[in-house]
Amino acid sequence: MFTYYIQLGLRSLKRNPALTALMVMAIGFGVSASMITYSVFRAVSGNPIPEKSSQLFVPEIDSWGPGLNEKGEPPGALNYVDAMALMRAHQSKRMTLIYQIGLSTLPRDADSVPVASNGYAVTGDFFTMFDVPFLYGSGWSTADDDARAADVVLSREFNQRMFGGANSVGQKITLSGHDYRIVGVTKRWNPSPRFYDAWGGSGFGDPPDFYLLLNRALDLHTDNVGRNSCRGAITYNGWDQYLQSNCIWLMPWVELDTTSEVARYRNFLESYSADQQRAGRFGWAPNVRLPDVMTWLDVQHIVPPESRISLIVAMSFFIICLVNTIGLLLAKFMRRAGEIGVRRALGATRHEIYAQYLVEAAAVGLTGGLLGLLLTAIGMSGVGLLFEPEIAQLAHMDLSLIGLTLVVAIFATVAAAFYPAWRAAQVQPAWQLKSN
Amino acid sequence: MQIRPILATLRYHKAGTLLIALQIALTLAIVCNALFIIHQRLGQLSRPSGVDESDLLLVHNQWAGKPDADEVASMMASDLATLRNLPGVANVYATNTYPLSGEGTVFGIGHSPDKKTYTDSTAIYFVDDNALATLGLRLIAGRNFRPDEIGASSKHSKIEPDEIIITQALAHHLFPDASAVGKAVYLSRKPSIIIGVVGRMRTPWVDSSMAKWDEYSTLLPYRRLEGYTEYVIRTQPGQLDDVARRVKATLYAANRMRVISPKNGVRTFADVGAQAYNSDRGMAILMGAISLIMLTITGAGIVGLTSFWVGQRRKQIGVRRALGATQRDILSYFLTENLLIGVAGVIVGGVLAIGLNLWLMNQFEMEKLAMGYVVAGVAILLVLGQGAVLAPALRASKVPPVEATRSV
Repeated sequence: MFTYYIQLGLRSLKRNPALTALMVMAIGFGVSASMITYSVFRAVSGNPIPEKSSQLFVPEIDSWGPGLNEKGEPPGALNYVDAMALMRAHQSKRMTLIYQIGLSTLPRDADSVPVASNGYAVTGDFFTMFDVPFLYGSGWSTADDDARAADVVLSREFNQRMFGGANSVGQKITLSGHDYRIVGVTKRWNPSPRFYDAWGGSGFGDPPDFYLLLNRALDLHTDNVGRNSCRGAITYNGWDQYLQSNCIWLMPWVELDTTSEVARYRNFLESYSADQQRAGRFGWAPNVRLPDVMTWLDVQHIVPPESRISLIVAMSFFIICLVNTIGLLLAKFMRRAGEIGVRRALGATRHEIYAQYLVEAAAVGLTGGLLGLLLTAIGMSGVGLLFEPEIAQLAHMDLSLIGLTLVVAIFATVAAAFYPAWRAAQVQPAWQLKSN
Repeated sequence: MQIRPILATLRYHKAGTLLIALQIALTLAIVCNALFIIHQRLGQLSRPSGVDESDLLLVHNQWAGKPDADEVASMMASDLATLRNLPGVANVYATNTYPLSGEGTVFGIGHSPDKKTYTDSTAIYFVDDNALATLGLRLIAGRNFRPDEIGASSKHSKIEPDEIIITQALAHHLFPDASAVGKAVYLSRKPSIIIGVVGRMRTPWVDSSMAKWDEYSTLLPYRRLEGYTEYVIRTQPGQLDDVARRVKATLYAANRMRVISPKNGVRTFADVGAQAYNSDRGMAILMGAISLIMLTITGAGIVGLTSFWVGQRRKQIGVRRALGATQRDILSYFLTENLLIGVAGVIVGGVLAIGLNLWLMNQFEMEKLAMGYVVAGVAILLVLGQGAVLAPALRASKVPPVEATRSV
């Protein structure tokens, strides 16, 4: 029966090629606009670390106080003093501090000019907390952190550029005039959005080149090239005074496995702030936050407004296309009232008429979906028009998007056909036959 | 006009009528807001940077190794001399950033040193006495920096300028009633004297969240000695491409210990502007494309449904013609019918358009929709409806009276 319906459907589609083409185009354009914008939205709003996103938290401490903080909210990073105090307190299972650095390095051949390389200064827990996958070697230990060792982990891409992809663990690399020992090479790892640097960076971009041992970077007075924010009059002069200033630039992350650990850590932050108040460092009551990964990304507005607006407009466009399709299907089905009357008189039940027209609509949906796939593929190349290259490169066709395009097109068209098909099934056979 | 019989007929086609009206309403709501977004974004694109944009070249230079402040100072001085001697170069200065670059430093500026009382944000440009001439900024009041006033500051050193130059917008904001020149303001704990006011100069950012102070720029007389330096170069007229081709090799020949990215180390100001406004331009294109396709599909939908109605009513049309209705009567019947549906649609659509705009204002810091856009949208959709219905209506008017006698 089903194949018979499909045959009937195809034959009917061929009967009004203009009307059919119009419906197919409406579905195709509507679904492809939605899919193109959705592919970007999916990339920028996704969970970058699904298996651990509810165990990783950002401890925020209001070190600026009322009047200078961000409308009552604590600032999004820590100053050096608070960051080091949290590190020393060891109140969480794991903790890391992160800041962004830019160094230069000389490639191996002597004639070449220096190249820029970007990375992060991190502590040893960074690699275990964020499940960084390793190609060679591993991260470093907390003991290495304490020993302030000159350790570095390279990314696969940087290792490829510098060592031709060979196992470079144990070798030396010179970055901006200082030697470091390579202890590990990561596999390709570039969580998107880059949640751990969402305050400092745009959240997207090429993977970092290296991860440097934080204490070593600090010992060498390696400048932070990421975001830095200070309040009040700037009074520091030189590196040491800068570390004691109210400037925030160190990004803290802690790993807490259970809700009781989270509650305990929150208490710790409160009591730390209360201690600072008692000591006279803070002239205000404790004001702390402890957001997890997804809350943090939300607070940091990591999804560009263009992505939301274009998705909303594209979906509204799709809805208009569907309203259009309902109207056209209605016209198409009711034009065949006579034929329906004959079929009903010959014994077809309402149910069968209903099924037949839904199948016909599904055929329109499938064709529209295929056109939509083509348009989506073309439109993908236009994503760069709207978004930064770092974001545009995230949008791509994959199997799930292809599947989604077809499924959405078919389901939406069938849903649009519910009312027209119902009207078709309501046709009174006697009335139609009489007027014939 | 025969409105009553039309309304009576429409009651028999409730679903179709509703669908067309709904489609017109939704299309109007989206098109109004899309047109508004396009206008806003194009407005952004055409906002002047304040800089004389032609013949301007930017070089992003990162220092290799780890030179200290003194070493950077001497390398920078020698670079500036090298660039000045490069044929085709009219002027050059070194800085931390420039308008529309997307990166930079923000300070609070106000009337008291503690900054806890009222302050405003201002973009900070570290410049020397060549900046005004190089950028083509117009000095409205006061004077330029003198070479002997240019100090030096390293990454973490104190910034307490004795003299500053600010933009007219900032001057007017700080001192609404009087000339700002000679007045003191606070960027640090010490007062800074405003020695000059320049016309327009944008901040490095084009984000809407910073739009309120996008012309609050302050020039500080410092050589910024840190890991990277931006060179801003004005070439002789017409020499831009030529200098752009040679500048990198010239700098590397003078000193190899630097990184000038092969990708975007050397850019013209046109490149900078194009990149800064990429998403604005893209948004305008996207909204334009979607509006066009949407209007086409809505128009085509009206053609489709009206054609169906005409087909359904051939017999009735024949009867009317046989009873003396002229071709014009039939034509105007369908045009009026469409106009009635269209008017109902645009009334609902106008409300939807304003509602959508309110929601967008709430969510995305959009501005209030100007009524002109709704009026324009209404006109576009009514004309579109009439245009779409014309072909089927003409076909209907050609139905011969003899149709009345046929049984189907």
